[in-house]
Amino acid sequence: MSLVRLAPRIILLFLLVGFLASPESFDFAFKPLVQANAPAIYNQGDLAALTLLHVRMVFFATLLATVIAVALAILVTRPFGAEFLPLARAIVNIGQTFPPVAVLALAVPAMGFGNGPTLVALFLYALLPIFENTMTALTTVPRNIIDAAKGNGMTRSQIFRQIELPLSLPMIVGGIKISTVIGFGTATIGSTVAAKTLGEVIIAGLQSNNLAFILQGALLVAALAILVFDILSMLERSLTKWKAA
Amino acid sequence: MLRGLEKTGVLMGALILVATFALPFIVVKPNRILQGQGRSLIEGLPSVSGIALVAAMVIVAVCLLIRLPPLARLAIATAGLLAAILALGGAAHAGLPPGNTYARVSPGSGFWLLLFSLSLAFIDVVARLRLSPAARLLLLVIAATVIGGIFASGILADISVMKEYVNRSDAFWAEMSRHAMLALGSMLVAFLIGLPLGVISHRISWLRAAALNTLNILQTIPSIALFGLLILPLGWVAAHIPGAAAIGISGIGTAPAFVALVLYSLLPVVANTVAGLENVPREANDAARGAGMTDFQRLVSIEFPLTFPSLLAAIRIVLIQNIGMATIAALIGGGGMGVFVFQGLGQSAMDLVLLGALPTVAMSFVAAIVLDALVDFSRAPGSEVRAT
Repeated sequence: MSLVRLAPRIILLFLLVGFLASPESFDFAFKPLVQANAPAIYNQGDLAALTLLHVRMVFFATLLATVIAVALAILVTRPFGAEFLPLARAIVNIGQTFPPVAVLALAVPAMGFGNGPTLVALFLYALLPIFENTMTALTTVPRNIIDAAKGNGMTRSQIFRQIELPLSLPMIVGGIKISTVIGFGTATIGSTVAAKTLGEVIIAGLQSNNLAFILQGALLVAALAILVFDILSMLERSLTKWKAA
Repeated sequence: MLRGLEKTGVLMGALILVATFALPFIVVKPNRILQGQGRSLIEGLPSVSGIALVAAMVIVAVCLLIRLPPLARLAIATAGLLAAILALGGAAHAGLPPGNTYARVSPGSGFWLLLFSLSLAFIDVVARLRLSPAARLLLLVIAATVIGGIFASGILADISVMKEYVNRSDAFWAEMSRHAMLALGSMLVAFLIGLPLGVISHRISWLRAAALNTLNILQTIPSIALFGLLILPLGWVAAHIPGAAAIGISGIGTAPAFVALVLYSLLPVVANTVAGLENVPREANDAARGAGMTDFQRLVSIEFPLTFPSLLAAIRIVLIQNIGMATIAALIGGGGMGVFVFQGLGQSAMDLVLLGALPTVAMSFVAAIVLDALVDFSRAPGSEVRAT
């Protein structure tokens, strides 16, 4: 990637790290947004700690979702699981219509308030794009490549490990990318059911009518999402190049 | 041995048996907030009907295992679903102590799992039947009529959610229409802005990059934050622009929610317009130019009809996104079904949460089925001929 395109990202990363290391130094930027005696920087908890919790929650939910989604996608694209393919497609299609707030709220009776419902919602939302992309990638590997491999005497598991999976990797990473970006946003909604995420900062702002808090929460989540999106896009591109080579 | 069995049926049958025997079918609570006691299907219903329903579920589970023609499976799944719903109504009626107006009966995890596994069976058949779009719409109308009939018949009147509904039925329909207005109205405005923006972006490449990048970044701002951030600018507009307050614009309430939904909707509209226009075959445009059409004529009579499926796809994305996000409007006083969800969470009255969440799920569900069918209609062979 050229320096011109990389530069805004590096600046964004520095701003993010700088803000988390010393939020007070940014007081001047947020002061105009609040009334004279209101705090301009979030003061009901440690921003850096909340950011880490936010990232950790998205990371673990996406990781678990990746393992399960890829495994399920492999299963339904093998002869053994082929019967499940139409059902799997339909579930993916329907699952994505469930609104996040509804999923969070419906998980509360089963799991109580706190991180639980958010983890479930993040996991479910991450599952679908990864599953969909992996399934599409595995079902669209060019037939002639597989036939050629068969002709060369490769076994089914060799074909899978050396051809199908590597060719599908860029699309799988593409699914993980979509899931992660959705996850960063959904995790904030989790704070409406008391999850420890950056949503706390935004909700504190909504409750005390403090625009500076809302903006801080929003900018942190957006910056994280943009940076992670870029990193995964780079990974996706290099995998595509490696696949072509 | 597995050869004669339906593999998806093994999964669903197992889930049905777990739901029937191992999990509470209903939960009986002393009042709407306190924790309750679970009762299984057989405990929940008066003796004979309890045994009959357990037997019915076992039969359904076994039938799903066997390879049967799709229509037979569809009938079995439907019968199972109806039986489960009737059982819920019966168990709720039997579970309420007579004369006690505070006690509540809610569906338990067993009922939900039963509903889930039988719906899976239903969806599985429908997916395998590869129904035409018209048949899917017909099925939706039939299902909606049956579900509407069940609610109207009062079979479920003793369920706690329905009691929450009866207590606030006026508010329910008011918030429902506000929710629909937020979702549909913001979509309309997004199309009014996004279509021209998409058409211009398609022609000017630097504008396309700028517009799509900005809208992409906008999507990364969490919805609850964007709703909150719009409070200030809209408050300013209401205070400083004459007439704005008179038409209902104010810092809190529906206006910021509406604007936030419009902003989120712009990306799918612009992106799909651009993508649709790019997919218009060169030959079609060349032929139109050769026939002496002006740019505008070409846009209206060639490009738009060919872009139509892509625009319908945008409507699907936007509508479902908006129905979901409109629930968050309640956090800033914007109304919608989120009002019940957040009220319920605040009072830890989970049945009130259900009253807000279930209709939201149903709305996006219906929107998805209808729009998927319309997208398929518009892509069906023959429609292009008519379109051009």
